[in-house]
Amino acid sequence: MVMTREEISERLAAAGYVADRELPIVLQLMEMLGRPLLLEGEAGVGKTEVAKALAAVHASRLIRLQCYEGLDQSTALYEWNYQHQLLAIRAREAAGTDPDAVERDIFSTRFLLERPLLAAIRRDDRPVLLIDEVDRADEEFEAFLLELLSDFQVSIPELGTITAQSIPRVVLTSNGTRELSDALRRRCLYHYIDYPDVERETRIILTRVPGIATGLALQVARLVEGVRKEELRKTPGVAETIDWAAALVGLKVTNLNDAPDTAYDTLRCLLKTQEDRARLTREVAARLLGRVA
Amino acid sequence: MRSEPYSFEPPGPSQAVLVRLAGFTRVLRHHGFAVGLKESEDAARVLSSDAAQRPLTLRAALKALLSARRSDWEQFDGLFDAYWLDRGRRRVVRITSNPDATAISTGGERKAAGDRQLEAGLAEPVAGAAGDPSAEANGVGRMQGASRAEQLSKTDFRKLADAESIAEAHALAARLARLMRTRFSRRERARSKGRRLDMRRTIRRNICHGGVPIERIWRRKKRKPLRLVVLLDVSGSMNLYTSVFVRFIHGVLDHFHEAEAFLFHTRLVHVSPALREKDAGRALERLALLAEGAGGGTRIGDSLATFNRWHAAAVLNSRTCVMIISDGYDTGTPAALAAEMRQLARRCRRIVWLNPMIGWEGYQPSAQGMQAALPFVDLFAPAHNLQSLAALEPYLARL
Repeated sequence: MVMTREEISERLAAAGYVADRELPIVLQLMEMLGRPLLLEGEAGVGKTEVAKALAAVHASRLIRLQCYEGLDQSTALYEWNYQHQLLAIRAREAAGTDPDAVERDIFSTRFLLERPLLAAIRRDDRPVLLIDEVDRADEEFEAFLLELLSDFQVSIPELGTITAQSIPRVVLTSNGTRELSDALRRRCLYHYIDYPDVERETRIILTRVPGIATGLALQVARLVEGVRKEELRKTPGVAETIDWAAALVGLKVTNLNDAPDTAYDTLRCLLKTQEDRARLTREVAARLLGRVA
Repeated sequence: MRSEPYSFEPPGPSQAVLVRLAGFTRVLRHHGFAVGLKESEDAARVLSSDAAQRPLTLRAALKALLSARRSDWEQFDGLFDAYWLDRGRRRVVRITSNPDATAISTGGERKAAGDRQLEAGLAEPVAGAAGDPSAEANGVGRMQGASRAEQLSKTDFRKLADAESIAEAHALAARLARLMRTRFSRRERARSKGRRLDMRRTIRRNICHGGVPIERIWRRKKRKPLRLVVLLDVSGSMNLYTSVFVRFIHGVLDHFHEAEAFLFHTRLVHVSPALREKDAGRALERLALLAEGAGGGTRIGDSLATFNRWHAAAVLNSRTCVMIISDGYDTGTPAALAAEMRQLARRCRRIVWLNPMIGWEGYQPSAQGMQAALPFVDLFAPAHNLQSLAALEPYLARL
């Protein structure tokens, strides 16, 4: 049963994710074609959140694989629990168990440590598999991933081939630290997530920060938009906006213009380097604040 | 029409629509999209689903399916509108400034596309028109403009195409590639000595001892080759030396496992793809086309800013050595250059600045730009020809 676009939007909203206009269509397409989804965008625009929301939309489990340089099969796919196996062998030796039985037992799933990729294909309820920051992994791993994403089966020499019970919904995210291979890109649906516009960011703040007034949320969104236009080393993402809004609510600010000093002092929620803080002086902040009113 | 997307034989879109779709995928391929058969097939499925009911949803769906990178994603809407909704035709006409070139590159296709449209009985032969902005979007148009303006630099690059000097440059680059030490990476590899026990391999190795771990296998950091990124100044003041270094860069790209090259003058050009061409003559020809504005002024700060903003994330890592070859004569402000150098220094392992002027008698690095950049440079050395580059080998190898 494929959900309609409207259903997906509703469920995304219910899961607390404020999607852009195109995302529900992309998610529907993902369902229809069974392709993985590749998300790109600046840091902090909520790429990982999409996967979490997708899991909520389908009420399925989220399995996450965080990629890093040096990630290999034993951390991504499976590993035998060697210590456990050795212990078991010794224990059964002492008890005088039949060696064949020991052998069969040692390489059973009981001694298999499931890593995210294997866990994802062994579940039968179509989990959402999030492969986070795939660009950080090495090329070798990417090639392996490509194979897995097309066959959805894994062969473990001692156990045989494990074929996916159900095809997981796969979401890959990338930050562009390395150019991904064309083959991988081609296999995936592509969606670029930009910084949200003021209207969407306001809605995000309203859903994510409980107890915030609509007026303040709008002010925060506008000011953040202004800050993003400044030439900063680290442009603040949505997560930073939410932090800042929460800080303002916690400090009982209801209007930025009433408390410009508090606003300026809490700006550190948005600015994460010394240089950026130096660049956004009181004067610049006052100018931005003036535009927000 | 509401179709069942999962049914085994979806009621396919009509023949006419499929023909239009084929035309669209051709236009996309023309614009550098990697659209294969599988994608076309899936696109047909999208067309028969309820996403095709409204242009906006169809556009979003096809965009996700057919684009593979941000640049694709950004130009998709325009291409879609031009092809399916007949927008943007006037713009196309204005862009087509070089009728001869377009006639050669896309005329045949335009005719074919037009014919197909007639067959399909659909309105508006836009396929050909939409094919034209490719010339602009892909930089083909720019290149055509450039080739005329930069006749001079073209011949300049060609002078260095004699086989002997190319071979010499390659030999030097190859030696350098061997010499420049490899770096440890986080990726580990099994070794006979190391820091951590590799359980999987230890067990496997000791099967012959009945599973008793007599021989142990360890994990050790793997060494990875150093990546070299070369930024070459091709402005007027560097004219004398450009040819030497272009040859050198060509060799570097050939021999280093990981290397990237950029040229800069008033702006920055990524030239690795052009220089990877195996045939040196062809590579230099492509380079000449790219080197629009070579031999003019220099804006090192701006060029570095472009590099930091758009390329650094993709080509720099903690094992990267950045080699800047420039005389340091900058028309930008020293402060801007210093700021960019600082940022660059933070992102890579080493910065080497090769300055051909040092070889000159009585030269002091007094150019203001040079002064601003020096604090961030790990090795500042003379290089004005291959011999002096070769003399640097031991220093470069130590970086």
